[in-house]
Amino acid sequence: MNPTSVIALVSGSLFAAGLALSGMTRPEKVLGFLSVSARWDPSLALVMGGAIAVMAPVVFWTRRRGRPLFETTTHEPAQTRVDGRLILGSVLFGVGWGLVGYCPGPALAALVTGSLSTIAFVAAMLAGLWIVDRVAPAK
Amino acid sequence: MSVDLASFTPAQSLAGGLLIGLASALLYAGAGRIAGISGICAGLLPRAPSEGRSWRAWFAVGLLGTSVLVALVAPSAFTAPAASLAALVVAGLLVGVGTRLANGCTSGHGVVGLSRLSPRSLASVLTFMLSAGITVLVTAHNTGAR
Repeated sequence: MNPTSVIALVSGSLFAAGLALSGMTRPEKVLGFLSVSARWDPSLALVMGGAIAVMAPVVFWTRRRGRPLFETTTHEPAQTRVDGRLILGSVLFGVGWGLVGYCPGPALAALVTGSLSTIAFVAAMLAGLWIVDRVAPAK
Repeated sequence: MSVDLASFTPAQSLAGGLLIGLASALLYAGAGRIAGISGICAGLLPRAPSEGRSWRAWFAVGLLGTSVLVALVAPSAFTAPAASLAALVVAGLLVGVGTRLANGCTSGHGVVGLSRLSPRSLASVLTFMLSAGITVLVTAHNTGAR
């Protein structure tokens, strides 16, 4: 295993632990955040805030260093412009997220429960990801 | 609007968020890669480019392996979604198509993109938060739930 493989394995593990501890693998908790009209559960804001509080300084440090520790380049996304594709995609994602309370990370993690609901969601999600790359791949 | 104090879990959610931040930071600072789950999933599907397949596979192994441990030690961390099977399939498709078009989801745009001060990620997060909020509002109105 090269350093990047070890890092990815540990990163995926920490990510899953964080999702479970934060409560994000409970769809009703996510919907409780998205439902600002009634009984509001602000937990998700703390999840995002906590994650960004760790990540933002590390991005700054890595960029100042010029390259990551075990690779020669940082793979930053190629696109930089806000365009219709970004907005349309974000709208559709939000509708799906609000319907069920699953975004990709928690859904993937919850696959291990073997729940038919989760399997159906993830299968459809993977089909959706795959279809876009076949029908309308990013330029 | 009022805060649902019975459901609010400030300590666990903040601690979980710090762990997610640590996971993203490790991948970015160590390997120069972005911890975006939709992108990682897409990169593992058939006919995806072979470049970057390996680290994505290791990330998925870590995520699924640790989730197995969580399910054994603290099964209540997972609850099944309340939506019908039809709604789950429609929502799954929307999440897949949407995150692929937007090139990111709550992790890639939300955690990493906002930390990178990316204008695209800020636009994406504001948009999906708004459309998700409206969706919950409309469905709660229709079903009488919440």
